[in-house]
Order: sequence, then C-alpha cells, then structure tokens
Amino acid sequence: MGIELVLMFIGAVLVNNFVLVRFLGICPFLGVSKKVDTAIGMGMAVIFVVTMSSIVTWLVQKYILVPYNIGFLQTIVFILIIASLVQLVEIVMEKSAPALYEALGVFLPLIATNCAILGLAILNIQNSYNFIESIIFAIGGSIGFTLALVLMAGIRERLALASVPKPLQGASISLITAGLLSLAFMGFSGLVKM
Amino acid sequence: MSIMHDFTKGFIKENPILILLLGMCPTLAVTTSAINGLAMGLAATAVLLGSNMMISTFRTIIPAKVRIPIFIVIIATFVTIIDFVIHSIDYKLYKALGLFIPLIVVNCIILARAEAFASKHPIFRSILDGLGMGLGFSLALTILGAIREILGAGTIFGISVFGVNYEPCLLMILPPGAFIALGILLGAVNKFIKKV
Repeated sequence: MGIELVLMFIGAVLVNNFVLVRFLGICPFLGVSKKVDTAIGMGMAVIFVVTMSSIVTWLVQKYILVPYNIGFLQTIVFILIIASLVQLVEIVMEKSAPALYEALGVFLPLIATNCAILGLAILNIQNSYNFIESIIFAIGGSIGFTLALVLMAGIRERLALASVPKPLQGASISLITAGLLSLAFMGFSGLVKM
Repeated sequence: MSIMHDFTKGFIKENPILILLLGMCPTLAVTTSAINGLAMGLAATAVLLGSNMMISTFRTIIPAKVRIPIFIVIIATFVTIIDFVIHSIDYKLYKALGLFIPLIVVNCIILARAEAFASKHPIFRSILDGLGMGLGFSLALTILGAIREILGAGTIFGISVFGVNYEPCLLMILPPGAFIALGILLGAVNKFIKKV
C-alpha cells in the first residue's frame, strides 16, 4: 500500500505531469510564468487550493451525490464548491495568516478558473480513488504543476534576453519552449508503470 | 453592418484561439485528430450558444454583484446537457474527449463572452456572437487537429493522405507535438494575418 502511494505520487509529479502531459492549467502556465518568484507564488496557491478542494469534493461526492443519486449534478456542484472554497480560503487567510495572504493574494482569484482544480477533482472520482489516494494524487499533481511552472519561468527569464524572430515573439515562442520541455518530460514515461 | 460583424468577428479578426489566446487547455489536449478537434469545437459552440442566449435573456434580472456565480451555474448546466448528449450519441468520441467535456465549464472563452457581450447586448445579437465565436474556436481546433493528424498519422479525417509508405512522425500526436504545432501556427498567424 505504502509503495503504491509513493509510485502514484511520482507518477503524478513527473510521468503524467499535469501541465506538460495532461494539458491542465495551461492558462496560468502561459500567463504567470514570466518570473520565477511569481511562478512559485502561483504554484503554492495552487497546491493549497487543489488539496483543499479535492478533499471537499471527494467527501461531497461520497456522502451527498452518490447516496442521493444525483451524480448528474457533479459538474455544477464541483465548480460551485471550488469557486466558494477559493473565496473562503481568501477570507480566512486574510484574517489568520496575513503574511501568506500578502504572498498569495493576487493569485487566489485567478485559481477559480484554473482547469487543473476542477480536472483533478473529476479525475479523483473517475479513477475511483479512496480518500488517502485522492489527497496524495492532489498533492502530487499540484507539485507537478508548480515544477513545470517554475522550470518554464526559469527558461523564460533567459529567453527574454535572446533575439527571437519577430513573428514568433510572445505566446508563440513560449509554446514551442513548452513543447521542448514536454519532450524532456517524456523521458520520465518509463519511470513508473501506471 | 454591425449585426453581420457580431457573427463574423470570431472567425479571423477576434478568433478566440489564434488571436485572443483563450481556452488553451482543450485546444492542446483534444486536437490529436481533425475529427476530435471539430467535435470539441462544436460541443463548446453549443454551450456558448446556450449560455449566451440564456444570460442575454436574463441580463436585466441578474444582480450585478453575484453575476459571475450565476453565469457559471448557467454555463455548467449547459455543459452537463452536452455531456449527456455526446455520451448518448457517440461513446467512442465521449471517451476520446474524456475529461475535457466537463472542463468546458472553466473554458475562459465562454465566461469571457458572457461577461463581455451577452450580459450587455440583446438576445439576437448575443446568439450571433456565440455562434460566431464558437465557429471560430471550432475552425482553429480543426486546423490544428488536421495539421497534427496529417503529420502524426498521415491521414485527415481518417482518410490516408500520403499512401501506405508514409512513415508518420509520431511526435505530433504526442503532447510535445501539440505545443510545437500551436506555437508555429501562432507564429504563422502573426506573420501572415497580423503582419507583424
């Protein structure tokens, strides 16, 4: 059991990286990856919210949606939970941990529209993970997201100094860079047999 | 003609993917073949049409302060309907699009059109806007899907292009191919359409 969880964690971080292999959370990946500092801030906020939301959505699915046979409301219920959770986290954090709020503040509202959060909540249910597995998967997935974001930001900080052909500047070169990064991550594919 | 403009602006001039760069996740994930790209585009178009129509109808009743949660619930309702429709029509396609059907909810294009257009304009113009934007999205997805399918499998819409001796470039079907193909496509758009 223990070793399976470790493998699952590594699989979520490296092999099936959320951004580079599953294509979840591309918008913040392209938008917030200009500087390493902001990339780390965004990554921390995502790790926090993803873990919270996957706990809540898992419990809601198990104890509300399934017993009352209203599984078809899943998409609506999950998106509402995530949106309100982000608001709640923002309010609680502002009162209880002002320093953390200062650091993450700007990124929290952006997260509600990050498809990695809803995607992960749905994947947990689709793969019928149990409670512990869901949490491990959530943490692994969001750390993978942070890793990709920080790596990308590091590359883009250097890329800013390079001379890029005019039509390729901006989003275009970022996508090609992401493609090469994704190619590098494919090297991990033999690491864990899922 | 401003009404005609509502409809056609989404095709090229304000194309949600190629110009505005919205909704990147499904764009990259489902375009492994032209047919998947087209199907995803049409699913999003249907949601966009429904949500624009509904939001425009109720635009005077929805209180401004809570409009975003209300928009999201309306969008999620249409996504759930489309989810069940695709499930019943074509199960293979449903499996291919997978996670990205429920994720239409968080597609920025749909909320962006609700907020920027449907909540301010009458119903007929909102329908045209939704349809135009949706078709522009489908167009971009189909083009990207076609490029990846031709290079990565040697076929288009399942029909062989280069004959049996063609050695497909498997990379284009895999995740890195999505990023690289879209990056080069955007570069081409910048060069030939925006004339940078």
